[in-house]
Amino acid sequence: MSTRTGAQILWEALHREGVEVVFGYPGGAIMPAYDALLDTPIRHVLVRHEQGAAHMADGYARVSGKVGVAIATSGPGATNLVTGIATAMLDSVPMVCITGQVASKFIGSDAFQETDITGVTLPITKHNYLVTKASDIAKTIREAFYVARSGRPGPVLVDITKDAQQEKCEPVFSDEPVRMRGYRPEHSAKQDDLARAAELIDQAKRPVILCGHGIVRAEATTLLRALVVKTGIPVASTLLGLGGFPATHPLSLGMMGMHGEAWVNHAIQEADLLVALGMRFDDRVTGKLETYAQGAKKIHCELDPAEINKNVRADVALIGDVRETIEALLPLVEPRDHHDWIARIAELKGDAAVRDIQSMPHQGRLFAAHVMHDLWRITEGKAVVVTDVGQHQMWEAQYYKHDHPRKLVTSGGLGTMGFALPAAIGARFAARDEEIWVVAGDGGFQMTACELSTIAQEGVKLNIAIINNGYLGMVRQWQQFFYNGRYSATPLKSPDFVKLAEAHGLFGLRVSTRDEVAPAVMRARAARGTVLIDFRVEQEDAVYPMVPAGAALNEMIRRPSSIVETAEDE
Amino acid sequence: MTTRLRTFIMHVEDLPGVLNRVTSLFRRRGYNIESLAVGRTEVPGVSRMTIVMEADDDSARRIEANLYKLVNVLRVEDTTWRPTVTRELALIKVRTSEATRAQILQLTEVFRARVIDVAPEALIFEITGTRDKVDSLADVLAQYGVVELVRTGAVAMIRSANTVEATPTIQEQPQTNAA
Repeated sequence: MSTRTGAQILWEALHREGVEVVFGYPGGAIMPAYDALLDTPIRHVLVRHEQGAAHMADGYARVSGKVGVAIATSGPGATNLVTGIATAMLDSVPMVCITGQVASKFIGSDAFQETDITGVTLPITKHNYLVTKASDIAKTIREAFYVARSGRPGPVLVDITKDAQQEKCEPVFSDEPVRMRGYRPEHSAKQDDLARAAELIDQAKRPVILCGHGIVRAEATTLLRALVVKTGIPVASTLLGLGGFPATHPLSLGMMGMHGEAWVNHAIQEADLLVALGMRFDDRVTGKLETYAQGAKKIHCELDPAEINKNVRADVALIGDVRETIEALLPLVEPRDHHDWIARIAELKGDAAVRDIQSMPHQGRLFAAHVMHDLWRITEGKAVVVTDVGQHQMWEAQYYKHDHPRKLVTSGGLGTMGFALPAAIGARFAARDEEIWVVAGDGGFQMTACELSTIAQEGVKLNIAIINNGYLGMVRQWQQFFYNGRYSATPLKSPDFVKLAEAHGLFGLRVSTRDEVAPAVMRARAARGTVLIDFRVEQEDAVYPMVPAGAALNEMIRRPSSIVETAEDE
Repeated sequence: MTTRLRTFIMHVEDLPGVLNRVTSLFRRRGYNIESLAVGRTEVPGVSRMTIVMEADDDSARRIEANLYKLVNVLRVEDTTWRPTVTRELALIKVRTSEATRAQILQLTEVFRARVIDVAPEALIFEITGTRDKVDSLADVLAQYGVVELVRTGAVAMIRSANTVEATPTIQEQPQTNAA
């Protein structure tokens, strides 16, 4: 084999990992890699800001289940990735970020565009590497992909010095399984723990399954359905667990937590057993820990041992891949039918019919909830929906019923505004033939709106719904509830989004009544190119129900009766 | 749950930045390190750390699990419940005069501290022992005026033939006995 430059080895290594597309932005320290890019079959998407590259790699990874790749130069290019890396870290998304670094002899000298990016990203990556020799590139890339996708996935950063990219060597590519002596990603639940879990499941009278992101990650949706059918246990979902169990299944309760359905939170509080599958009891899910599901035993199935007993004490911990765990559990549990418990939940549900979309009169006004409901109906619940962060994100989670995994892409853990548009571009490369909707608020959309140019340049087809209420809505809602209605820095003036779309050569539409929603959505779907719809929704609507931060899960603020008649809540 | 001083023995890959990864984890998760000692081991390419910190049983288990998530960490052992010998070394510079020197030497003899530097107005002692022993000597010498004190932090080893292997043959899982 002839000698090759580090840059050529880099692309060959990426190609061998099955990489089809990378998202990036060139610059001084990564120029050798960009030069070698021209001779590879890998597609490069030129972003407008490196944060966008990281979110695109993230969106690609979430929809495809494969490792997403972002590439940037040293210094500001690398630091611009940071928000995207942290987003992927908190949601356990497999991603590899490649950054250029100043030549090794300049490291530590505060050279032009030098940043200690491995230092900066230490706490927000699963692992990171600094590569200073061409001969280390192939092995490091292979390890980076392995670490990113195995065990609990996460972002890995590989910082490659400019001289390592330029240096020539004879590359050694290995197809052997990666062996790392300090890395143990695999765990398996112990037999006696599985038996104890099965016993608790068989004895339970009011059990609830909590479906988390792990179900989606581990491709465990079919097995979960089998477990639910056999045990008759109803399923509540975390935000990232949505789609892990079909939302239209009779035993699906819906989303739990801060903006979860009232009956779901009540059911969890009344439960005598929680079976947590691939979730980590985030504070947005539990509310006040001291009052969380006090009467319930907890079975915690989780891949990451460090999550056990972190927030909620587990009576039985099943550490391992959640798919394998369910597979092992399935033959151990008795077939059951929780008739009384389901009836009790139905009662809670009836009591909370306030959120029935049909009973919400609009009187000529446009509610975001109606937009979400109509979008769900028209797309038959089959679209990939990429949401940003804020009120619209919660409305989407409540009213767009996802029946399949990897159809909702959203930043759950970090809550990164500006995520949706770039993540949807990444999703497009993972799901080339699927209908994709970006749902973003007027605030978050503007954080990364520059990526409209990327859409135009790459010829990407997306449907964009801006839920425009003229406020940073979720913060405004908190100010309304918890800061005496003092709106500090939340009223928001936005550009004319229709004209903004047009300025990028895209098509824009404005909708301000409910009657216009369906025609606009259908028009966007039918168009060949990207269409942006500016939905001018009710300005000061709030997301209900809401568990105030630090309150017990059953202490919810409900929709006031001025808009709709509500049943009384305890 | 009650907290206690705990001693972790860790084996890590001897690579640049690994110490930073370990300490960064403690910092990020809000744990305070009492002492930390690092050095090479009998196995090439493997460093050994002894970390002393205050934690309850639950936190200790989670620290262990989190340490195992670091790719360069080979082995973590919480020695709290195992028969262990622990030693640290301290150098103490004490102000002396004609009047106090004999007294000080007599006292330090009790602790088996060694004089390693003699100057007209000060002595430097070297002491090896447990944390308590070093604390006691420092307390005793305080009345004469401790000019400078430096201690290495504890190093620990499991007693008898039990070992904490640098390269475990069985890939053990961190213990997470719930409930």
